[in-house]
Amino acid sequence: MEVTVRIPTPLRSLTGGEEAVKVTGATVRAVIDGLEKAHPGMKDRLLDDKGVRRFVNIYVGEEDIRFLDGLETALENGQEISIVPAIAGG
Amino acid sequence: MPKTYSDLFSEVRASVRVLTLEQLRAKLEERADFTLLDVREKDEVRGGFIPGALHVPRGFLEMQAEQKLPDKSREIVVYCAAGVRSVFAAKTLAELGYQNVWSANPGFVRWKDMAYPVEHPADLSQAQLDRYSRHILLPEVGEKGQEKLLESRVLLLGAGGLGAPATLYLAAAGVGTLGLVDADVVDASNLQRQVIHATSRIGMAKVDSAEKTINDLNPDVKVLKYQERLTSENVDRIFGQGWDAIIDGCDNFPTRYLVNDASLFHKIPVVHGSIFRFDGQVTTFAPFTGPCYRCLYPEPPPPHLAPSCAEAGVLGILPGIVGTLQATEAIKLILGRGEPLVGRLLTYDSMRMTFRTLKLRRDKGCPACGENPTLKSYVDYEGFCANVR
Repeated sequence: MEVTVRIPTPLRSLTGGEEAVKVTGATVRAVIDGLEKAHPGMKDRLLDDKGVRRFVNIYVGEEDIRFLDGLETALENGQEISIVPAIAGG
Repeated sequence: MPKTYSDLFSEVRASVRVLTLEQLRAKLEERADFTLLDVREKDEVRGGFIPGALHVPRGFLEMQAEQKLPDKSREIVVYCAAGVRSVFAAKTLAELGYQNVWSANPGFVRWKDMAYPVEHPADLSQAQLDRYSRHILLPEVGEKGQEKLLESRVLLLGAGGLGAPATLYLAAAGVGTLGLVDADVVDASNLQRQVIHATSRIGMAKVDSAEKTINDLNPDVKVLKYQERLTSENVDRIFGQGWDAIIDGCDNFPTRYLVNDASLFHKIPVVHGSIFRFDGQVTTFAPFTGPCYRCLYPEPPPPHLAPSCAEAGVLGILPGIVGTLQATEAIKLILGRGEPLVGRLLTYDSMRMTFRTLKLRRDKGCPACGENPTLKSYVDYEGFCANVR
């Protein structure tokens, strides 16, 4: 399963400025592992020992994985995954 | 021999179907499906009109009919003051191909004498009718909507990047009372984006500087200034002033969580905007009917992962886009029109120039708005945000 992951500005330092990264994986968890392999440090920014960090939301298409199957959410080829962290600037 | 006016009138009248005022009233009471058309002049309508009437002055009828009355088979009842213009108007509509037109006679003067229901247009001055004319032309706003705006109260948290454009547009739109909360003074480094302030006002309190611009832009707007930082101690006093909506444009996580909890306690909708470098997020939190900030982000990022705009920089135009989106949401909430961003997070990427909407849901376990909320009072927000890892 190849999916496109949209990387938010605060994490682009880890992808060398890349805004979209293609990764393969059958679940969100597998995709995050794939991201970590290609861009070390990514996993720690997204997950803690309890799961997805609570200031980050991960969406498959328009849906928040918290309301799907979390990290085990199954993916289809070509889907878009968005990482949306809390930002506070005003 | 040319026709006299009375010849013409009798001829036209004979060709038009006439409804009595009693029949019209009965139709309105049974909520019949038809269009009621008032063809009097604007200043006559100002003194009152039959409820639900659409207004097209006789002089503009030919020009505007097809735009305002697109369905030519729909039943239309025309009235004027005394039943002359309405007869001519009905004839004109028939000539334009309208198939089901009636003239209600005699007309509004008699209708009012009979003490039948009359609706009054909003009480706007001539100067206001001029100033807000482009709003009034929109059926979704109109004079009634403009009156609502003038009577409304919006609280803006922060007179900075997001607050500046939001305040400017809300003031221009005639939102009657704007509350501004900001403890800071204008700094030269603000002026790259905070367009409500000015070089000549560097060093002045932001709330005073903003008030100057607002007064100059629109004297209809009353400004309530709070030159203080929002805290657990002052939030109830500031939020408890009958606000219709809050625009959250503050610049740090502790205040964001405080605003969320207080807006739930006070049941005030919050239009949230936040920015970072080239990216923005906008959503509307409707207390207890949509998700809240804690449903969206249960915890803030640890401080070292959450650099502020002062540290990380921000494209000056970005808050202009996000702040005006927030103002648009506030106007929609006040007018009760359109679909606000409740349960939707709008993300904006200025580099790719893309807007996306993501679905947000209420979290049943949310400590602030869930099924069994545990949060009953304010907490130590600085500590809450400092202690996350």
